Amino acid sequence: MTALVEVRGLHFRYGSGRRGAAAGWTLADISLALAAGGTLGIVGESGSGKSTLIRLMCGLLAPDEGTLTFDGRPVAGWLAAGRRAFLARNQIVFQNPRRSLDPRMTVARALAEPVRALEGREPGADELVAGLLRVGLQAEVLGRYPHQLSGGQLQRVAIARARSVRPAVLYADEPTSALDVSVQAQVLNLLMDLREALGLALVMVTHNLAVVARLTENVIVLNRGRIVEAGPTHEVLGSPADPYTAALVGAAADVSLAGAGWGAGGGGHGGGDGGAGGGGR
Amino acid sequence: MAEALPPSTAPGAAPGAAAAAPARRHLPPSLVIGAVLVALVVGVALLSYVWTPHDPARINVRARLAPVGTPGYILGTDRVGRDMLTQIIVGARTSLYVSIVATLVALVLGTALGLATAASEGARQSVMARAIDVGVAIPGILIALVLATALEPGNTASIIAIIFWFIPIAARVTIGPARQILALDYVEAAYAYGRSRAYILWRHVLPNISPILIVQASIMFAAGILVEASLSFLGIGAQPPVASWGRLLKEAQPMIDVAPGLMVFPGLAIMVAVLGFNILGDGLRAWLDPRQITQAGH
Repeated sequence: MTALVEVRGLHFRYGSGRRGAAAGWTLADISLALAAGGTLGIVGESGSGKSTLIRLMCGLLAPDEGTLTFDGRPVAGWLAAGRRAFLARNQIVFQNPRRSLDPRMTVARALAEPVRALEGREPGADELVAGLLRVGLQAEVLGRYPHQLSGGQLQRVAIARARSVRPAVLYADEPTSALDVSVQAQVLNLLMDLREALGLALVMVTHNLAVVARLTENVIVLNRGRIVEAGPTHEVLGSPADPYTAALVGAAADVSLAGAGWGAGGGGHGGGDGGAGGGGR
Repeated sequence: MAEALPPSTAPGAAPGAAAAAPARRHLPPSLVIGAVLVALVVGVALLSYVWTPHDPARINVRARLAPVGTPGYILGTDRVGRDMLTQIIVGARTSLYVSIVATLVALVLGTALGLATAASEGARQSVMARAIDVGVAIPGILIALVLATALEPGNTASIIAIIFWFIPIAARVTIGPARQILALDYVEAAYAYGRSRAYILWRHVLPNISPILIVQASIMFAAGILVEASLSFLGIGAQPPVASWGRLLKEAQPMIDVAPGLMVFPGLAIMVAVLGFNILGDGLRAWLDPRQITQAGH
């Protein structure tokens, strides 16, 4: 298989170059591959380096060692040749939509921003409306400000914003953990739906193993900046070989309520998406 | 507890008013009072361009040191017979001109410096932030005195002195809030869709810290009026024949036993202007602060 994204021997630490930063790697010896249209879950506890890893993959941070290739070309080369081409194909959705949307920009403005910045053109109103409909929101949302929308609606706007430049990979950093349980399933269904309909590759960081089991084909487990286990999701979670993974799975089993909620609320995805406009409060 | 308050504390108040416009923000009283005082000072300054009771430069030795309440000279006259009311009306011009021009320039430059500091990284940020701290720590009046003496005395000297005094203050006020905004996800999202640092500072950070800057501006207007008066009092600000409240005070000083009114009225004028901008600043702070808005909603 030809990998769309390939990471080899990646090392990263914050504040490198500064004296006294040799304390340790935030991420060490990370290698992974993601096929076009594939899905990858990244799990681990808080502070394990999950979020740092996807920020490296989508070009927000630069690795200290190792190589990162996108579409057969080193990311450093992509970025040096002008960041736009790379950024347009690698977009990210953040954890808390109340923090990832500027409170002083309308939804229309927020949706237009990536198109303006990366494609250098002004998107038409019909394009913005189509983007909203695609994520299950109505056209009337366009003129609203973030404080006038619910968390679920905002996360849909954030997803529409990331999708507006038609990326090849969508990175999602705990996209549901800041949302009400009732809306989490809808947002996850939306991500799955987009992936299937548009052939997006999806990289999802989460600590919710139920989400990973449902959404991703492959998973890597991070502990203290290192990959402790990697492979097809059902194998890794079904029969964890590493004690850390086993502990994670065990902990998830103890609090399986969240997983049950997601499973029940999920029901065939796309269907549960209909009530999008009202998406919780 | 907050929910229980309205019916018990305000039984006489029209309940329909609040219910009819729940989204409407309550204007803080300080905002109204401050705005009225500032409007008064600005109005008087504008009035001076079209009408004054007497010619401000006219010397009338026969009417010198007229007491308060003299027909034609309601607030009396000074030792060369100039009408006090006229001097105060014309002096409002100088006060506002100097403080507003200086504050606006200092605010623009200081905010730019603060944003640049907040957006820089590592050692550079530390150096810039410490340099600004030093600027804030140096007694402003000292800078103003040195600059104003080095320059030709006059309003321009006052303006330049105030600008140098206020730049580090404006920068210092900007850094903290700007750094808070820069740490938010929408800034990271903007980087992720290819926006430059300069664009992010201009379109994301600046609008989101603007309430703080507006409040800061009103406080600096007040301080600017006080500094202008001080410099004119010390003789390095406005020069004759330009009327200035500070210079009126200076000229009245030797006459304090003979005509105390000559000190009282310019002093009152300064007080009203400074108080007005300060109260306005407080009111704006209350009105623009999102936390206050949520409190008002209860």
